[in-house]
Amino acid sequence: MESKEKYLLKMDNVSKDFYGNQVLKNVNLTVKIGEVIGLVGENGAGKSTLMNILFGNPAIHETGGFEGKIFFDGKEVNFTSPFDAIDAGIGMVHQEFVLIPGFTATENIFLNREPIKYNFLSEVFGNRLNLLDRKEMKKRAIKAMQMLEVELDSNMLVNEMPVGYRQFTEISREIDRKYTKILVLDEPTAVLTETEADIVKKVIRKLAKKGVSVIFISHRLQEILDCCDRIVVLRDGSIQKELFPSKTNSVEVAEYMVGSELVKNIRKSKEKRKFEETILKVNDLWVDMPGEQVNKISFEVKKGEIFGIGGLTGQGKLGIANGIMGLYPAEGEVKFKGKSISLNNPKDVLERGMAFVSEDRRGLGLLLDQPIFWNIAFTAMQIKDDFTKSLLGGIIKWRDDKAMIKVTREYIDALKIKCVNEKQFARELSGGNQQKLCMAKAFALKPELMFVSEPTRGIDIGAKSLVLDILHYYNSKYGTTIIMTSSELEELRLTCDRIAIVDEGQIAGILPPTAKPAEFGLLMLGKKSEVEEVLTGEGKD
Amino acid sequence: MKKQNLTRTMNPYVKFFIDYSVPIIIALLVAFAIPLSGLSGKYFIKELTIRLSRNSFLILALLIPVMAGMGMNFGIVLGAMAGEIGLIFVTDWLIVGLPGMLLAMLISTPIAILLGYFAGIVLNRAKGREMVTGFMLGFFMNGIYQLVVLYGMGNIIPISNSNILLPRGYGIRNAISLIGIRQVMDKFIPLKIGGILIPIGTLLVIATLCVFIVWFKKTKLGQDMRTVGQDNDIARASGINVEKTRILSIVISTVLACYGQIIFLQNIGTMNTYNSHEQVGVFAIAALLVGGASVAKASIFNVFVGVILFHTMFVVSPRAGKELIGQAQLGEYFRVFVSYGVIAFSLALYAWRKRVEKENERRKVMAFKRVLLQNNNTTGGDKL
Amino acid sequence: MKEKIKNIIENVGLPRIIIFFFLVSLFVLAPVVGISLTTSINDVIVRFGMNGILVLSLVPMVKSGCGLNFGLQLGIIAGLLGAVISIEMEATGFAGFFMAVGIAIFIAVILGFFYGVLLNKIKGDEMVVATYVGFSSVSLMCIMWLILPFKSPNMIWAYGGSGLRTTINTQGYWFHVLTDFLQIKLGSHIIFPTGTILFFTLLCFLVWAFFRTKIGTSMDAVGSNPDYARSCGVNVDKMRIISVILSTVITAIGILVYEESFGFVQLYMAPLYMAFPAVAALLLGGASVGKVSIKNVIIGAFLFQGILTMTPSVINNIIKSDMSESIRIVVSNGMIVYALTRKSKVRS
Repeated sequence: MESKEKYLLKMDNVSKDFYGNQVLKNVNLTVKIGEVIGLVGENGAGKSTLMNILFGNPAIHETGGFEGKIFFDGKEVNFTSPFDAIDAGIGMVHQEFVLIPGFTATENIFLNREPIKYNFLSEVFGNRLNLLDRKEMKKRAIKAMQMLEVELDSNMLVNEMPVGYRQFTEISREIDRKYTKILVLDEPTAVLTETEADIVKKVIRKLAKKGVSVIFISHRLQEILDCCDRIVVLRDGSIQKELFPSKTNSVEVAEYMVGSELVKNIRKSKEKRKFEETILKVNDLWVDMPGEQVNKISFEVKKGEIFGIGGLTGQGKLGIANGIMGLYPAEGEVKFKGKSISLNNPKDVLERGMAFVSEDRRGLGLLLDQPIFWNIAFTAMQIKDDFTKSLLGGIIKWRDDKAMIKVTREYIDALKIKCVNEKQFARELSGGNQQKLCMAKAFALKPELMFVSEPTRGIDIGAKSLVLDILHYYNSKYGTTIIMTSSELEELRLTCDRIAIVDEGQIAGILPPTAKPAEFGLLMLGKKSEVEEVLTGEGKD
Repeated sequence: MKKQNLTRTMNPYVKFFIDYSVPIIIALLVAFAIPLSGLSGKYFIKELTIRLSRNSFLILALLIPVMAGMGMNFGIVLGAMAGEIGLIFVTDWLIVGLPGMLLAMLISTPIAILLGYFAGIVLNRAKGREMVTGFMLGFFMNGIYQLVVLYGMGNIIPISNSNILLPRGYGIRNAISLIGIRQVMDKFIPLKIGGILIPIGTLLVIATLCVFIVWFKKTKLGQDMRTVGQDNDIARASGINVEKTRILSIVISTVLACYGQIIFLQNIGTMNTYNSHEQVGVFAIAALLVGGASVAKASIFNVFVGVILFHTMFVVSPRAGKELIGQAQLGEYFRVFVSYGVIAFSLALYAWRKRVEKENERRKVMAFKRVLLQNNNTTGGDKL
Repeated sequence: MKEKIKNIIENVGLPRIIIFFFLVSLFVLAPVVGISLTTSINDVIVRFGMNGILVLSLVPMVKSGCGLNFGLQLGIIAGLLGAVISIEMEATGFAGFFMAVGIAIFIAVILGFFYGVLLNKIKGDEMVVATYVGFSSVSLMCIMWLILPFKSPNMIWAYGGSGLRTTINTQGYWFHVLTDFLQIKLGSHIIFPTGTILFFTLLCFLVWAFFRTKIGTSMDAVGSNPDYARSCGVNVDKMRIISVILSTVITAIGILVYEESFGFVQLYMAPLYMAFPAVAALLLGGASVGKVSIKNVIIGAFLFQGILTMTPSVINNIIKSDMSESIRIVVSNGMIVYALTRKSKVRS
């Protein structure tokens, strides 16, 4: 039923690449006036980049701009700063709150656009000396919140508000703007209770009726199905399909999101490996990692397995390894080889025989201003007293640089780390080689269990398979249990024996690599009841 | 949840005690020392009136940088130096009375603006370390001031009044008399109550400044400064020119300090050319902190409570020391110790509380998530 | 070529280059205005030995990420207590000196421990709090010097004997024990203070060796990247406390070496601003808030003492007026302001 309604927004053949990495390919997106579009996609599908382009994020401009055209409200536009976009009528509510905790709701709603009462001093000293018109501010704040049908005290400080109400304050800010024609909501219900989420859904429909278009980004499929007029599925930088909620179902959406071709090289021939012993038992784990919170997770890993953890960004998969290894505050019970480990204690975990290759290579994984041999040997030196010579009857442990260099050379060979020599600074290596360096650092501890997070992130294609092969090698030769956390479903399916999908901080389900891609997609979209949990050796095919 | 301890206490009484520990402790000390010192009530009232009118302006100058998130502005020393240069010229030109004082303020204003602007730029380059940098900047500028006043004046900068020059022909003397403008503002509207001179003129000026500060907070610029003080990044993201706003707060503070120092010196009547400004920063900041202010929050109320408590302590210490151990010297060291100690303690307390509060916030969010989970069981999405 | 020069200026820093050339010009001008170059160099070396250890003491805390130790005065107080107690006990010569050192180290460990615990609670704001902790402790000690029950006639006020004197002569106790040790006399005026220099070298070596042990390596990592260190199992808080204790102990030793060379123990308000010259010297030698090496200590101490020695003599002879104090204030504090305004090295 194609009525000739005017398009409010038309993104025409938009493409974007970051230094050769193609993130968006010929995206064609249209939004009608008063339409609610749901935007769905995996990590790296391009959702945030697309919105950044629309919103004029300077990062886009600084990395070479974009190709294609954007038409907004009949005119061609090219925003180079968020303020241009805001002035044109585009509002955006980000995932992280942009609120000042010590200010009231009203002050936050009007941040840097406060209504002003003119006074004569501004003639001389500039218009920042005008007084704020607080009465007007209060009036308009209350009006915006009435639209939300929320009982919110406009004078309440943000840091005293329940979390859900902070979200409403953000939305109020965008609603108050008189000229907002389209509102982009990025995961607006992530921190809301069910009732609060319902309010947001109602508000979206209200806005649509008033002629304000909405782009609703969420990974909660049910919400998308409930309140959108049209669903746009992005995958690998291009639009896979546009679906209408009344005519589709969650399985179809999941399929388009994740793709349905079978992964090449999937080890069909690979026999389903059998594992006996449980090496790691996690019970009711809570991890407080900002952005990747883990909310009561329990699972078991068998000795010798390669266990995968996947899921969308921000849903908590990265928090698991970080929490168990003591890098972020954690609570719960974790048993390694039958004995409890002490949480929040990196030393204990390392001494017991677990190691970690962090996703934060440059921030946490390496000392960039130290040479390669230092980086590889340091942890082993700390935990096992390797590379030290005991002097004066053991009181002094002298650093044995020679031994460090010898072992480093071995790893440089084994992992094919491309460098000038072992004394080169870690900072100077390429991303892929830095990753190999981090892995060498973990291997130097000769761990029984190794966590690896985002092993191939930021690495060029050639080096990707090398890194995965190294993991396979250590697993098969030394029997090292590997727990691999990754945003890339494909590499999980290539490498792992079992894959757990984390959604909203909990395990949505565990699948074998041979499960249909759509099943993975459904788990990521919050549909765990669909898929039976699979234990090793009893998988579906 | 682990058991509550002092660091995470939510009990409002304990919180109050910790937040206001500095003024409470000083008040107790003062209460103990006053009877010990044997000084009369009338003496106190007289001293406090003088000190209140003399020092308040300077301490008020500290409020605006706190609002803008710059912490305690140790750089008010720069403003004090600007004021002193103005006074040197006015003394040189033999201009007396209220006109003399106003002229001094006029001349030193551009100097104060310049120095404040410089200080603002330097502090912007030292984000996160504003207080140490401001402090060291004060010392640095003191050296420059010495070069200008001790070597430049009478040489490159023409000074004609030989009374204020050193015998060698250039460089200003260590102490110059400001008899020409002595107490001109204090005596502007002369009022004596019970033998005590009430400096109405100065008090009026102080009141005007207070009104200005209250008004300023309500302006757009004031709100912008508050925003910048709360969160630089969010301020920047919402379009506020953070750097410029911070510099403005320092410039205003420096100019006010300049006037404050002139007011201070007109009351005393003599200027110690090289020493008068030395402790300006320390004493003003200590007084403000004694009044219950913190690095992030300071109000006019803190200023006046602080002046009264701090200066009472100041007056009382030497006498109490003498009575206690027979050495007034002890009392003098004691008040220096209190001045430095108050700053050390307040800054440490603030830094520690900042981290504890962050931790508490984190726990709150974590606890919320748990409740959310328990109530929702599954969070909205699984309804097929 | 231009690129190279630009690189050097950026890395070394304009102020350091200016100060370096300033010093060189002073050396060049010296003979011109009638000052003996050899005497000057000798003076610089003597002062270098005197002050070097205080500069060295800053190294552990910078390495562990605690920043520049503006609370140096705590270590100085430990040293002063050691000195005064050893004089009270009438200990002389080497024995007296090392007794002072022993007592000072003991006190320094205790003070350093509490100082370290405090700094751990305020990570990120160490410098400003340390400054005022240093100041308050000096003023507190002023009260102590007045009321502590010392009896030695050499130390207390001549009439009405309560409280220590402001300056106490070490002559007759352990004045110049190190300086005179293995002295080399060249000509009538030149005395090379072998003992002091040897002692300074020994301490430099010990500090260098410390950072090549397992524990020193961990401390280094903590300063470079505390998150990295923690993820490798290092107890960050413990390392920081150890670094603070180490710094305080070295400071205590340093002030004693200074006193044995200078000849006087200075109490009361004298130590108030002693942190700043030491910090300025270290920064002058190329260190920054987050990065330091022994090289910086040696170069910095030498350059700084060079300026302090040469400026009064040379400039006074040229302009016939004593600007040296003001110049010293501008140079040393300017150096510190400059270092504070440099962007600290971002990890990635």
